Amino acid sequence: MPRADLVNLQKKSLNLGLDLQGGMHLVLQVDVSKVPEKERAGVVDRTVEVIKNRINNLGVSEPIVQKLGHNRILVQLPGVLDRDRAREIIGKTAQLEFRIVADEAVLKNTIDRIDRYLAGLDTLQTDTTDTLLMNRPFSSLLMQYGADYVVPEEYVDSVKKILSRPDIQKLIPPGYKFFFGNRVDAGNMVYRPLYLLRDRAELTGAYITNAYATVSQDPMNPNAPVVVLEFNPRGATIFARVTSENVGKRLAIILDNYVYSAPVIREAILGGRATITGLQSMIEARDLANILKAGALPAPVKILEERTVGATLGKDSIQKGTRAIIFGYLFVLIFMMIYYRVAGVIASFIQILNLFLIMAILAALNATLTLPGMAGLILTVGMAVDANVLIFERIREELRLGKSFAAALEAGYSRAMSAIIDANITTLIVALVLLGFGTGPVRGFAVVLSIGIVTSLFTAVFVSKVIFDYLIYIAGMKKVPV
Amino acid sequence: MRFFENPSIDFMGLRRKAYLLSGLLIVVSLASIFFKGINWGVDFSGGTLLQVHVEGVDIGKVRSVVLGMGLRSATVQNFGEPNEFLIRYKENVDAGQVVKGLKDKLGKDVRLDRTEKVGPTIGRELKEQSIIIVIVALLLMLLYIWIRFDLYFGLGAVLALFHDSIITLGMYSLAGLEFTTTTVAALLTIIGYSINDTIVVSDRVREYLASFEGMKLVPSRLYEIFNKAINSTLSRTIITSFTTLIVVLALMIFGGPVLFGFAFTLFVGIVVGTYSSIFVVSALVYELKTRKARQAHGNK
Repeated sequence: MPRADLVNLQKKSLNLGLDLQGGMHLVLQVDVSKVPEKERAGVVDRTVEVIKNRINNLGVSEPIVQKLGHNRILVQLPGVLDRDRAREIIGKTAQLEFRIVADEAVLKNTIDRIDRYLAGLDTLQTDTTDTLLMNRPFSSLLMQYGADYVVPEEYVDSVKKILSRPDIQKLIPPGYKFFFGNRVDAGNMVYRPLYLLRDRAELTGAYITNAYATVSQDPMNPNAPVVVLEFNPRGATIFARVTSENVGKRLAIILDNYVYSAPVIREAILGGRATITGLQSMIEARDLANILKAGALPAPVKILEERTVGATLGKDSIQKGTRAIIFGYLFVLIFMMIYYRVAGVIASFIQILNLFLIMAILAALNATLTLPGMAGLILTVGMAVDANVLIFERIREELRLGKSFAAALEAGYSRAMSAIIDANITTLIVALVLLGFGTGPVRGFAVVLSIGIVTSLFTAVFVSKVIFDYLIYIAGMKKVPV
Repeated sequence: MRFFENPSIDFMGLRRKAYLLSGLLIVVSLASIFFKGINWGVDFSGGTLLQVHVEGVDIGKVRSVVLGMGLRSATVQNFGEPNEFLIRYKENVDAGQVVKGLKDKLGKDVRLDRTEKVGPTIGRELKEQSIIIVIVALLLMLLYIWIRFDLYFGLGAVLALFHDSIITLGMYSLAGLEFTTTTVAALLTIIGYSINDTIVVSDRVREYLASFEGMKLVPSRLYEIFNKAINSTLSRTIITSFTTLIVVLALMIFGGPVLFGFAFTLFVGIVVGTYSSIFVVSALVYELKTRKARQAHGNK
C-alpha cells in the first residue's frame, strides 16, 4: 500500500483523546466587558479565528479551537506539552506589520556570508571558489523556491538556532532582520519561507479600518482572488509614501512575527486602499481578510482551565485500558460459556462482534476515544450480556414449563423483550444526559456508552436470534444447550 | 449450570430488616459526607495538580522539597506506583517552576506526567452542573417509569436510586478517594444501571398483575406477586450483577490509578443497586400500593 494511502487510513482510524495521546487542553474566557457594548457581537468568534491562526503557526496537528457556551473557548492541542506555548498563543496581542523585503542580491549575499562563516572562511572575500564551500553549512538547510528561500519544517529549529547566534547576527546587514513565513503544507512536504526584511516596520495594523476578500478587477488577471485593505487617513498617507518610495520592491505583511505574504509593489498607492494579490484561492483570501481585520485579539482572554498529559502517561493509560478490556472480556465470556454452554458461546461471539461494531462506529463518527471511554467499552460488555442473560433465563423458565425448545426460544425472546427495551432506553437516557455534561474524557465515556447500548441491543437481540434460528431451522438442531 | 433452581425466598417478609439495614447505611453515609467530607478533586475545588515521575526518591523527600518551596497548602501523595507522585495546591501554581525546583533540589530527572489547573469559577460551576445533571437524570427516570409502569413504581424506583446514590457517595467519602468528573459519570452510570434491575422486576410484576386483571387486589395477593416476581428474576439479577462486577473488578485491578475511583464507584454502586432492587424497591412499591388500597378501603 502506498504511504499516502496508509496515512489517510490512519487518519480515518480512531481518534485518541488527549488523556491517551498526550497533549494540552485549555478553556479560555473571553472578557467581553472590556469591549464597548456596540462591538460585542462576534467578539468571541473573532477571538476564535485569531487563536486558530496563531495555533496554525505552532505546527500542531489536528488542533481543536471552538466556542464553548457564550464567551468561552476550548483549545485542544494534541502533542503539545509546553505550557509556555499556551501563553504564546493567548498572551500576546497580534501585531500586524508591513515591512519592505530586502533586495534579492542582499539576501543572497547574506546567506553566502553565513555559509562562509560557518565553513570557517573569511567572510569578506567573495571571489574564492574554495572547496570548503562545497558543503554549504547554512544554505544546505534551505531550498530555493522561485525567488524565495524556504526551510523544510524539520530544519526550521536548526535555522532558527543559527540565526539567533550573536556572531551570526553580526553578519546580517544592519537594518535588516530574518523572518519566517507562514507554515505551508504542500502535501509531500511542509516548509516555511525565509525572508530578509527591513528591521523597521513601515506601517502597523493600527491604521487598517477594513479588509475584505474580492476578485480582481485587473483585466490582465480577471477573477483572481484578492484582499482589499482600507486605511484611515493617517495610514493612507504613510502607505502612499512607502509605496511610492519602493515601487518594484516587495512589501511583506507580517502577523505575529510570521510573514503572511510578500506581494510586489507595482505602483504607488495613493487612495488609502491596498490590494493584496498572488493568493492561491478565494478561501485563502477570505482567511487573510479575516485575520487582517481581526488582527489583535479583540478582547482580553484568560485561562480558566489548563490540563496537560504527558505522552508517557498516555501510552501507559492505553496499555492499562487495553489490559483491563482484554481481561474483563475474557472473564465474562468464559463465565457465559460455562454457565450457558452453547448459548453462552453464541453470546460470547456476539459480544466480540459488539466490541468491533462500537469501535467501527466510533471511527466512523470521528469520535474520540478517551480513557473513561475505554472503561465504557468494558462496562458495555458487562451490561450488554444482560440482554442475553434475560433471554436465556426466560428460555430456561419456559423449558421448565415443559415447552419444546423452539417454543421456549420464541417465548423467551418475545417475553424478555419489554424488559430489555425498557432497560436499554433508561440507560440511554442517562448516557445522553451525561453527554451534555462536561467535555473531554467524560464525554468520551458517554459517547461509548450510548453507542454500546444501541449496538448491543442490535447484536444481543437480533444477531443472536438469527444464529439460534439458523441452528434450529436450517442446521436442524433439536435443541441448543442453554 | 445453574445457581438458583426455583428459588422461593420471602423477600417481602424481610423488608423491615432491609429498611433497618438501608437506614443504617444511609445514616453512616450522610455522617461521612457531612463530617468527614468529600475529597474534592482539582476539577471541583480549583487549584493545581501535578503528577510527576521521579526514580528512586521516597515520598518524604519529595514532600519536604515541595513544602520548602513555600505554599504550605501543598499536599504530596503516591499515585499508583512508588515512583509516581501527586502534588496538589489550592492555589494557581506554575507547574514548570515546581518541576524545576524539584530537579534542582532532588538532583534527579523529573518527568511531568500530568498537570491540571482549574480556576475557582469552573469548579463552582462544575459542582452546580453535577448536581443538576444527577437531578435531571433522576427526574427523567421517574418520568419514564411513570409512563411505562405507574407512579408508584416510578416513586419507588427513584427513592431507591436516591438510596443507591447516597450510599455510594458515602462509601466514596469514607474511602477518601478523590472526587472528579469521572466520579460523576460513574454515579450517573450507577443510576442507569440500578434502574435496569428495578425495571426487570417491575416488568415481571406487571406481567403477573395482568393475569389478575379484573380481580380485586388484596394486599396479601400483591405480597405474593412481588415475591414471585423477585424470585423468578433473581437468577438474572444476580448473574448480570456478577458479570458487571467482573468487568469492574478487571478495571480496578488492571485499569491503573486514574480509573480506580471510577471503578470503585461502580463497584459499590452495583452491589448497593442490586441489593436495593431485590430488597428495597419492590418493598417500597408494595408499601405505596397497599397504603393506597387501605385508604381507598377506609373511604368507603
